[in-house]
Amino acid sequence: MYSFPRLVREAFRRHSGWEPTWRSPEPKPRYDVVIVGGGGHGLATAYYLAKEPGIANVAVLEKGALGLGNTGRNTTIVRSNYLLDANAHFYEWSLKLWEGLSQELNFNVMFSQRGVINLAHSDAQRDQYRRRGNAMRLNGIDAVWLNRAELARRVPLLNCSDDARYPIVGGLLQPRGGTARHDAVAWGYARAADARGVDIIQNCEVTGFRIEHGRVRGVDTTRGFIAADKVALAVAGHTGQVAAMAGLRLPIETHVLQAFVSEPLKPMLDTVVTFGAGHFYVSQSDKGELVMGGDLDFYSSYAQRGNLPAVQHAVECGLAMFPSFSRLRMMRSWAGVMDMTMDGSPIISKTPIENLYIDGGWCYGGFKATPGSGWVFAWTIAKDEPHPLNAAFALDRFRRGAVIDEKGAGPDAKAH
Amino acid sequence: MLLIPCPHCGPRSHIEFTYAGDATLRRPADDAPLAEWADYVYLRDNPHGPHREYWHHVHGCRAYVTVERDTATHAIVTPGGEAS
Repeated sequence: MYSFPRLVREAFRRHSGWEPTWRSPEPKPRYDVVIVGGGGHGLATAYYLAKEPGIANVAVLEKGALGLGNTGRNTTIVRSNYLLDANAHFYEWSLKLWEGLSQELNFNVMFSQRGVINLAHSDAQRDQYRRRGNAMRLNGIDAVWLNRAELARRVPLLNCSDDARYPIVGGLLQPRGGTARHDAVAWGYARAADARGVDIIQNCEVTGFRIEHGRVRGVDTTRGFIAADKVALAVAGHTGQVAAMAGLRLPIETHVLQAFVSEPLKPMLDTVVTFGAGHFYVSQSDKGELVMGGDLDFYSSYAQRGNLPAVQHAVECGLAMFPSFSRLRMMRSWAGVMDMTMDGSPIISKTPIENLYIDGGWCYGGFKATPGSGWVFAWTIAKDEPHPLNAAFALDRFRRGAVIDEKGAGPDAKAH
Repeated sequence: MLLIPCPHCGPRSHIEFTYAGDATLRRPADDAPLAEWADYVYLRDNPHGPHREYWHHVHGCRAYVTVERDTATHAIVTPGGEAS
């Protein structure tokens, strides 16, 4: 239990009394539910499942260590500023869970509602963003339009002059958006799930599925066969690859997305800003680094590394917004592999195989969805039917023509 | 940087190209069942390893080039030729 008295007590015992945050049990031969993937989504799913009465026998299998995939490779932005109803309702529910998450888990996920601003650089883009803002407000989500003068006051370093490469017209602000500490989300869910009896099994890679008469019976792993009534995949980045072991072919291409941080600076940017004339987003971490990201590298890849042209493009966008960044040095860069779906929206769904469930296809946007994804996925697994919030994210929507194409880019995975 | 072997221009940087995806997909007949068309439009093998793919040399000779590239390492396994 983490508490202030405990902290004081440990301070006088040279912090000798702390125990591991979660157990490392041997896998049992059988579980009610096996969740494949120990990132934020898998751990959140396990936590919300374990909260359901009657489901305690749950395991999370992770091929490496917890949270070292995309959970630890994102730019930590949380928002729900979507146009389409299905996305708006789902991500808003996720944002509401974020707002109570540190209390829920008794673990500080450092959720900071510092606002997310999308810049517009033309009249057409302004109209489009204001339309999205109005749609958000109709869906009960906060949205504020800022004109150029208001933006200049809110983000003093932003180049709001007429001399900018793409002069800024205004920006759409979601005040309740912000950032969170990505590792803490994995650790917090892991700890809370473990406390409710979930077995978190690391270094246990799934190598195959046992499927009999169209129904999943368990998983083969590097630590032997584990029987399970239900198997749930939360392996975004590798969903296509893992699902292929169950004989499923998915509407997903795997692409690589890079992110990078500058050297640490004194506080200079107290919100999240996205560029509208290219693809770039930036915020400042609590350590002072500017956390930045841009476009995909735009070719299929499972390599967790990218190329310099994508970095150059992102940095050029950043300098067009913030000329004062020009003398900063980059400290680190890294890349994650994205499940890019054919409509840019996730898949949280039952599959043609009975009792096998998929949560994946998160494209660029999985981190902010972590609590909501875990919550609706747990519902879907427990009740064997989707919650109304994820019913639209069904795997068969592509065949039905019911795609959720927020960007209107068509069936081209890399375009979303 | 990826060095894409273009049959007309020689090895060129990938920034001259636009990636055009899986080169193994075959367009169904016009009157094929809707399900077959949906599979063609949306489903991908998305392999971890060698992947036969199209690159459009948009800032060069403008030909579509096929290349076999390893998606796990980015190595060009076998240069293809001009897309048929």
